[in-house]
Amino acid sequence: MTAGSGTTPAAMPMVAAVRLIAAREIRVKLRDKTFLFSTVFFLFIAVAATVLPSVLAGSPDSVAVADQVAATKLRDAGLTVHVVTDDDAAERQVRDGDADAAVVAGPQVLAMDDVPNSVVRALSVSPPVRLLNPDALDPVVAYMVPFALAFVFFLTAFTFGLQIAQGVTEEKQTRVVEILVSAVPVRALLAGKVAALTLLAFGQVAIVSLVALVGMQLAGVDAQVANLVQPTVAWFLPFFVLGFIMLATLWAGVGALAARQEDIGAASMPLQMVVMLPFFAVSFLSGNDTVMRVLSYFPPTAPTAMTIRIFHADTAPWEPILSLVVLAATAVATLAVGARIYEGSLLRTNGRTSFATAWRTRSTVA
Amino acid sequence: MPSVNTMTEELNVEAVCRSFGERQVLRDVTFGVAAGRMTGFVGANGAGKTTMMRIILGVLAADSGSVTWRGARLDRGVRQRFGYMPEERGLYPKMTVAEQIVYLGRLHGLSAKAAHHNTSALLDRLGVGDRAGDPVEKLSLGNQQRVQIAAALVHDPEVLILDEPFSGLDPLAVDVVLGVLRERALSGAPVLFSSHQLEVVERLCDDLVIIADGSIRAAGRRADLRERHALPRYRMEVATDAGWLRDVPGVTLVDLDGAHAVFDLASGADDQDVLRAALRRGPVRSFGAVTPSLAEIFREVTR
Repeated sequence: MTAGSGTTPAAMPMVAAVRLIAAREIRVKLRDKTFLFSTVFFLFIAVAATVLPSVLAGSPDSVAVADQVAATKLRDAGLTVHVVTDDDAAERQVRDGDADAAVVAGPQVLAMDDVPNSVVRALSVSPPVRLLNPDALDPVVAYMVPFALAFVFFLTAFTFGLQIAQGVTEEKQTRVVEILVSAVPVRALLAGKVAALTLLAFGQVAIVSLVALVGMQLAGVDAQVANLVQPTVAWFLPFFVLGFIMLATLWAGVGALAARQEDIGAASMPLQMVVMLPFFAVSFLSGNDTVMRVLSYFPPTAPTAMTIRIFHADTAPWEPILSLVVLAATAVATLAVGARIYEGSLLRTNGRTSFATAWRTRSTVA
Repeated sequence: MPSVNTMTEELNVEAVCRSFGERQVLRDVTFGVAAGRMTGFVGANGAGKTTMMRIILGVLAADSGSVTWRGARLDRGVRQRFGYMPEERGLYPKMTVAEQIVYLGRLHGLSAKAAHHNTSALLDRLGVGDRAGDPVEKLSLGNQQRVQIAAALVHDPEVLILDEPFSGLDPLAVDVVLGVLRERALSGAPVLFSSHQLEVVERLCDDLVIIADGSIRAAGRRADLRERHALPRYRMEVATDAGWLRDVPGVTLVDLDGAHAVFDLASGADDQDVLRAALRRGPVRSFGAVTPSLAEIFREVTR
């Protein structure tokens, strides 16, 4: 349509309006320092968590020794051996920091301030060990991976959710919303926002996941762990999207209840709890199988609880799917609730709107 | 000039009522906004101007009554071709001026090309073209106001609804904005603008709608309203003291300041008799009927 052509176009299709609104949101966020910083921060954590441990583990301990027999034993154990002329030279190497430890006559192991277990083990005779559960995960990994997933979901749902609320309040506080609502349906406004922020949140988590997986490959992480992490992350993404959408419209509704940025904290308190409590529940109760089974179907905790169970290879094939269906149904319900609150409070600019008032109000023309 | 009856009133508000809770804000409001004319919408704060404008734009729903444009009830497709300047100004503070206006143009259905074209033309016309790349929050309030006008006009609206468009503008900006609005009116758009600054409205509008306490008290051409509400009031300036007027039958003195007098005539009394009496006493410098100012009409109809 050219300007002033006198044509009378029909109302813009809903989809076109949603796309315009979402495009603006994304453009603004991609220039937003907070968003860029949080993405970089997450990437940094992902790289640090996967690559750093193996870098820090570094090269094997070095040991100085004069005795040839001991030298052979130590070399067989995978240690770096410095063969020296006598025990004094060996001790000097340790004192100068050229070697981590020394083996002198006795045999006696010398080290500065840390018992060199690898050296002691190489010179000792150990009884044979038979593991009854050889496939069990390293307890640190078993704790860290679920915690990381729960943390990513919590942090993303919280920060992006808060950004949705702030964006809505900004439009309301600056009154630009009145122009927007006179041009496009309220629902298009809401849908555009939620779509844009979901896309950005998903994009951020997907990039971070990808970097973490690649990092694990590069760092040569134990194949057993890698095999568990990959399907876990693959399942985490759909859970993440549905879980995020479930919360997003509620955040938008909460943002519309507040009249000023300062009100958001109080208006969103119940929602903050809905995001925060599942994080703590899942983090602290991840050891309790029965509780985790329940939490993995309860929508606020499902995105994290179910992925953790998947990580522990603790689920029947149908379980994640059923949980996703429950989550999707809940998301549809919260979309309706969030939209109604949003519509009912968006144009009430005099102070904070109560939930009940927003629910009853139908202030705009459909 | 055509009379009121032959004007084509293209935007019509009919019997609109609206309450907020117990409080009725609009009672049976009916008026028309003629195409090609600037209509001033006048009322005290809280009289219902903003509520009425929001209803025209579909931001609020009416409890009853209707608004029609060219005989058809308004729907979203029609309203998308309206231009609106809300009373409470607002734009995205961190978005740049041009980006913002382009965005609003596109939300009103313009193509990207047309939106860019209209935006730069309009910003230049309003004298803020050099600020196109700055975030809105960096502009002075006066310039933000000009950008707000651009936001209402970018999509070449068929109807303009402007809530207090001149408040906060410096005199220079008032002239610029007025020029732009007149242009739109001349090209056939009905322009409805509200104001509580009666002098401003008096200077700018062709037609008037006066609202008080939620109901329309007077509506029509400004000149007609003036005539209708003209008082039998006269102003006279003579060479000497005009105190003798006090004793002329049918004259009520309103103001006397030496040689300068303002007086009302009782019905049936002839102003020419008073003039002749004055001439008998000496020279008369000026003599004439006092036309009521908008403020006076306003006070009268809203009393």
